[in-house]
Amino acid sequence: MEFFFEVLIGGLLSGVMYALVALGFVLIYKASGVFNFAQGAMVYLAALSVVGIMEWGAPLWLAVILAFAVMTAFGIGTEKFVLRKLVNQPPIALFMATIGLTFFIEGLAPMIFGSDPRALDIGIVDEPIPYILENWNMVISKFDLVAAGVASVLVATLALFFQYTRIGRALRAVADDHQAALSIGIPLQHIWAIVWGVAGFVALVAGMMWGARNGVQFALTFTALKALPVLILGGFTSVPGAIVGGLIIGASEKLAEIYIPPVMQDLFGGNFGGIEGWFPYVLALLFLLVRPEGLFGEKHIDRV
Amino acid sequence: MIKNFKPAVAAAAVSLAMLSQTAAAADQYFPIPSYRVGAYGANGQAFYGGFIDYLNYVNLKEKGVNGVQMTWEECETEYNNAKGIECYERLKGKAKDSAGPIHTMSTGISYALIDKSAQDKLPLAMMGYGRTDAVDGSVFPYAFPLVTTYQMQASAIVKFIKEKVGGNLAGKKIVYLYHDSAYGKEAIIAMEAEASLNKFSLVQIPVAHPGNEQNAQWLRIRQEKPDYVVFWGWGVMNQTALKSAQKVGFPREKMIGSWWTGSEEDVIPAGDAAKGFMAATWNVAGKQVPVIADIEKVVYGANKGNLQDKAKIGTVLYNRGVSAAVLSVEAIRKGQEKYGKGKALNGEQMRWALENLNITDARLKQIGATDLLPEIKTSCDNHEGSGKVKIQQWDGAKWVPVSGWIEGNKGLIHPLFQASAKQYAKEKGITPRDCSKEK
Repeated sequence: MEFFFEVLIGGLLSGVMYALVALGFVLIYKASGVFNFAQGAMVYLAALSVVGIMEWGAPLWLAVILAFAVMTAFGIGTEKFVLRKLVNQPPIALFMATIGLTFFIEGLAPMIFGSDPRALDIGIVDEPIPYILENWNMVISKFDLVAAGVASVLVATLALFFQYTRIGRALRAVADDHQAALSIGIPLQHIWAIVWGVAGFVALVAGMMWGARNGVQFALTFTALKALPVLILGGFTSVPGAIVGGLIIGASEKLAEIYIPPVMQDLFGGNFGGIEGWFPYVLALLFLLVRPEGLFGEKHIDRV
Repeated sequence: MIKNFKPAVAAAAVSLAMLSQTAAAADQYFPIPSYRVGAYGANGQAFYGGFIDYLNYVNLKEKGVNGVQMTWEECETEYNNAKGIECYERLKGKAKDSAGPIHTMSTGISYALIDKSAQDKLPLAMMGYGRTDAVDGSVFPYAFPLVTTYQMQASAIVKFIKEKVGGNLAGKKIVYLYHDSAYGKEAIIAMEAEASLNKFSLVQIPVAHPGNEQNAQWLRIRQEKPDYVVFWGWGVMNQTALKSAQKVGFPREKMIGSWWTGSEEDVIPAGDAAKGFMAATWNVAGKQVPVIADIEKVVYGANKGNLQDKAKIGTVLYNRGVSAAVLSVEAIRKGQEKYGKGKALNGEQMRWALENLNITDARLKQIGATDLLPEIKTSCDNHEGSGKVKIQQWDGAKWVPVSGWIEGNKGLIHPLFQASAKQYAKEKGITPRDCSKEK
């Protein structure tokens, strides 16, 4: 039972890391109704900016500020050169634009900062907490707990921002209908620039946490793969949904990885395992059948 | 005037084209489907940088091999199988009369090219990757898994562990943690054979691609309490494993990885978590190898170096690229002994040369590559030629060899290749060559 709880808690903490990436998707989707394919690449760009700027001699705090400036400039540039031309176009056109953006970032970022995998030390050691290890014989990492704290603060801030600020309400209006929002005087261009900037900030936080955990390298773009089932579960438009979805996916995939393969081996023989790559997608697929809008997503009721 | 001028220009153009073709025929051409961008670009930059630097070195230092200059053309594959095939098709036309071995540094691309390259009679080198049963040259005449293979490497690692635990593995437990792909699964057969022979318990734990999450696997390893973890990782999986081992308190000194876990690019991103980690390698790192230091002096001194980042000179992957080029150039020397000095080799001649390599320690010393790689002697029924690796350990700043050359259990492993090759020949309707008649 002790082992079960160790796996469960470890999974929940991993899920928080997925939620950090999923948040960026939610932000863009809420503001434009578009699935931002480039979010994984943005995580890579942000983390690479931090280590790249540090290699030029800047301390961590300055590198983070400058990387945030890079992400903000990127957000404004995206609005000006990509999205502005696509106002009121079908969502698929915007989606395709974000695919192009992905390849652009994946080519440009290593060109500027180099493609060598690098370490990112943010001063938090990824080691078990001795007290928990000694008293409960469970491995709970300090780093994972800090990541959980960061994600909680981020989620709370963003939820309040969307719910209670003018810009937050404007964002939701824009997501519902670009043209209608424009007609009542909502400055669409500013709104998009702001939301892409905030998504850049979320990518920076996610990039730093994932980069400190596994190193800063091209594989950071793959973090997006972990965020997709989280979004399906939590709902594409819900900030709290991202974190709840993350927790469910993280815990279930770890428990599945531990407990399903032995059962499969007993039943069919052979060597099973490595199922956490596809298990979250199967779970998300099953969830889609029951609740297509996700746990916290907005339900669309169309008049026929 | 214009009427007369046109034919004259055309004639001059044709003459120039003929001259350039003649010149090209005297050069030894290397088609290089390389990768320097994308997810694994950093690995490709160091490997192909070392490979091309050595070709340049031979050109500069000794004006080519008996006057035959090395030439090459790169095509970017991005480590993508489809692009690898596209590059091969694009480059092979120029390799009709003059062809160096093709190094893809990708198991996937190598698999895709095995049949094509045999049809086109262009030799495919797979040094430390690719289809390992191609060791049996009677079935795979144009494929060369030179130096060593995943299975022989796994066997050599087990031999190293056996020595570490006092010569007896009976009752010990080894976890085989692997990338859940063809690459990761290649060594399972060897680990199982070794487990059966040495009576140790083997626990196999796969990690789904890309391997950036290994929480569950390492909690299980903590439960299993193994004596050693043998680790077949790739890319981000390597750093994640090292960090995860640190997280569950598993000593890195008890982890031994394959050669695709043992470059600087694999350990630096893991920071202190990598200290003490060991990995197999078929080439050593460092600039203490005379030829590496000389390349820096001669090639970079002449401003003809291939690397933008000179800091990569002497890294594991750079030296691996140099090692691959050393073998390729030594094959050209061997081929010229048979087919005529000062002449470029075509694909068939190069195939013969690769199959008749005999690079001794004395020869390695002559070319300044002492201990860079093991001795190699290939034949029709042994396209591997060595089967030896060293174990190196990361001390926090550099890789340090902690063993001599260790040969895997050939008697145990090679029959597995032969059985697999036989099966392949049956499926494809290939009649194996009679190796006793090959010279």
